[in-house]
Amino acid sequence: MTVLPFTAARRLTRSRTRRTGLGVSGWAAVVVLVLVAAAAVLAPLIAPYDPNTGDLLHPYATPSADHWLGTDGTGRDVFSRLVYGARTSLLGPAAVVLAALLLGVPLALVSAWRGGRTRIVLGSVLDVMFAIPGLLLAILAVAMFGPGLGAAVIALAIAYLPYVARLATTAAEGERRLPYVQALSVQGHGALRVNVRHVLRNLSPVLVGQASVAFAYALIDLASLSFLGLAVQAPQADWGVLASDKDALLKGHPLGVASASVLIVVTVLSLFVLGSRVSGEDRR
Amino acid sequence: MTALLQVDDLTLDLGDTPILRGVSLAVRPGEALGIVGESGSGKSMTLRTVARLLPDSARTGGAVRVGDRDVLGLRGRELREHRRGLGMVFQDPRSAINPVHTVGAFLVERARDAGQDTAAAREQALTVLRRMGMTDPERRMRQHPFELSGGLLQRVMIASVLMERPRLLLADEPTTALDVTTQADVLALTDELRREMGAALVLVTHDLDLASAVCDRIAVMYGGRVLETAPAATLRDDAVHPYTRALLASRPPLDQRLTEIPVAPGSPVPAAQTGPGCPFVDRCPVALPICGSALPEERLVGASRVRCHRVEEVA
Amino acid sequence: MRRFLLRRLLGAVVTLLIASIVVYLCVYLSPGSPEQVLFGSRPPSPEVQAQVREYLGLDQSPVLRYLTWLGHVLSGDLGTSLITQQPVSSRIADPALVTLSLVAYAAVLIVLLGVGSGLLAALRPGPVDAGVTTLTSVATAVPAFVAAGVLISVFAVQLGWFPAYGQGDGVVGWWHGLTLPAVALAILASGLVSRVTRASARQELASEHVETARMRGISGGRLLRSHVLHNAAPSVVTVIGLQVAGLVAGAVVVEQAFGLNGLGGLLISSVQQKDFPVVQAIALVVVGAFVLLNLLADLVVMALDPRARVVAR
Repeated sequence: MTVLPFTAARRLTRSRTRRTGLGVSGWAAVVVLVLVAAAAVLAPLIAPYDPNTGDLLHPYATPSADHWLGTDGTGRDVFSRLVYGARTSLLGPAAVVLAALLLGVPLALVSAWRGGRTRIVLGSVLDVMFAIPGLLLAILAVAMFGPGLGAAVIALAIAYLPYVARLATTAAEGERRLPYVQALSVQGHGALRVNVRHVLRNLSPVLVGQASVAFAYALIDLASLSFLGLAVQAPQADWGVLASDKDALLKGHPLGVASASVLIVVTVLSLFVLGSRVSGEDRR
Repeated sequence: MTALLQVDDLTLDLGDTPILRGVSLAVRPGEALGIVGESGSGKSMTLRTVARLLPDSARTGGAVRVGDRDVLGLRGRELREHRRGLGMVFQDPRSAINPVHTVGAFLVERARDAGQDTAAAREQALTVLRRMGMTDPERRMRQHPFELSGGLLQRVMIASVLMERPRLLLADEPTTALDVTTQADVLALTDELRREMGAALVLVTHDLDLASAVCDRIAVMYGGRVLETAPAATLRDDAVHPYTRALLASRPPLDQRLTEIPVAPGSPVPAAQTGPGCPFVDRCPVALPICGSALPEERLVGASRVRCHRVEEVA
Repeated sequence: MRRFLLRRLLGAVVTLLIASIVVYLCVYLSPGSPEQVLFGSRPPSPEVQAQVREYLGLDQSPVLRYLTWLGHVLSGDLGTSLITQQPVSSRIADPALVTLSLVAYAAVLIVLLGVGSGLLAALRPGPVDAGVTTLTSVATAVPAFVAAGVLISVFAVQLGWFPAYGQGDGVVGWWHGLTLPAVALAILASGLVSRVTRASARQELASEHVETARMRGISGGRLLRSHVLHNAAPSVVTVIGLQVAGLVAGAVVVEQAFGLNGLGGLLISSVQQKDFPVVQAIALVVVGAFVLLNLLADLVVMALDPRARVVAR
């Protein structure tokens, strides 16, 4: 399980210079992500075979015009499984990030706005949550709800909450100190209005950038959990499940594992690049 | 008397951007030269070129000599020796002194690095700190930079330079970061010590009054060129170049209240945006057509060296 | 300084306590009970069941059971496994040794690879920097199980240099078997550490205080050690602390991939068997290691940076 490196919070909030373009690498990342998302949405149209039924007579077929990436140990088409796998592999992280943002950002805004005791209490709660690793939570969640994507998503959303909330708190506090926010509240604008219309809006590049990075880590973590057999269950197509086919590896048929691994790495890398471009973090 | 620092027709480009376009200066041993100009005039970069603290993209032309060393060609060990003979005081001591070591460690670091007697260096540092008007310097030596005020820290910075007895002191806006009351103090003490030691000084500042209070001669820079060099007293009372006059006119007088702060009309132009003629031509109230097309020669008028086509008429 | 330590240790204890309550609640709320797991599909007579429940203390209220457990832990007794009837401490000793050796091995690799490549990139601008930065950027996107797959098929299946499964005998065999897992575990974190090292070393190299040192003619070695490395170290140490602390739990993926019997595997099976004392003990070890390693990193940062000592006061 990875520890999220949301360390750049303070620097991010300061660099308010919005970049005009994504740059070459930024656009490359966008292209990759659009392609992967399209594969997930249009899976039935793209995949040439059913991902779950295989031709048992032809296990581990080598790549051919029929099977672009060959077949796995039970003769299922690897390419089709990868395309369908994009669905679970992207949906899970999206749910984790959305939940963590929906819980974490309001907490952060309240904590930054109220300051004082509220901030200390919320901060301590987050500190405790921070020390309980997401994987431990995920294993416990599986014990409570049974193995499956749902339990893993809930556990990871809780595990990501302190990261998101911490980052957003730092950013919101930076914004809170700016003269325009103080001017607005002195003029009698309500706290909710100032926070939603101004603070949140100005934080959005930072939040979107960090959501992109969190998405990448959630993708890694969920794939890891599927690899352990705790999230997406084996017959279903998922990149983590596909990458965990150790049988194929040991029998000398690494293509399926390799292509799933490459997809994961390329998607994660694209999310990182996009994240740093959107939030305007300088790559020194 | 031969010059300690001799700068001849120095040019400097950072990448494709010209910064200095032919700067000539000379400083005799023990003399204090002020370099005055607005931001972007190239005064700081002139100083940094002497110290060879330039970015990798810098290209230089002309010559800079300190003693009998050709500074621009120095490398490695020789460059280090050259820098050791200089003392450089930076504008902001808060960022110029490593925050993680104690003040004492900072002061004796050079001796320790050179394998010299650190106890002697410590004594030397304490003496200079006391001379810089610091009370209880022993305690200060044990403290870290963040525990000292800006004024005290700049005294530490200056002491670290003076305790090495440099021949040439380079100071880049050394008191700009300090509040007004400590400014005068720090500068006066520095100047006193410097004179005792016989060190020459190049003081870069935007403040003409400050420069004329401390320096023997003053060079006025604009757009990467020196437009006028004169003894401090001459410059204050009988400035020749229209730019120097504009600078002098924009100082608020001390003895009367003004409704408006005077400014030199127009805004300063960096060297990159100047044409072949006098860099000040666009703002000059007495400019002629020739001023935009040809660079005036340097001419001696009284005690001043001036670059201006209309020097006879204005003088 | 002492007050800071005391406060941090108190915080650690509170965190552990809350974590143990959370873990307890999760295990308690999950369906099924330990004796059902024990009896399997052929439950004995109700009297025997009641006896077993009493013997295991399952007839008491959940709050009482938790408090009893807590009391035992505070007196140094981690309890007895409900499933194997072994003392928990001996049940988790071997897996803990495997996991902690693996994490320690990976930590060494992270420091060597991460800091080394980061400094190389910072000090050699141009093609070396570009190459290292590209490599480490990719490394930050390589999950441990992907790395495990690559390492197994290249070094175990193709080349046969290292075992794909388990550990050998003796000290040499032990470390030999841990090498591929440790590398797999270290890759992602090394990439992050490298990037942070590069960024903070670059920042120091460009700083004015390094310029001052250069101006004073300080020699290259001391300049690097005393002004660049020393000043860049705090942020690097913080990241290393966080990453290594996360590995204690994260090691489970690699253990599973290489068939090592570590804490993670035991945790998963104990949760399934509702072996409450074992789950609690492992949770304590994992959370405790996280808190302790971060505290250690903070102490190192304080030793390196006087300003951190003031904030802590």
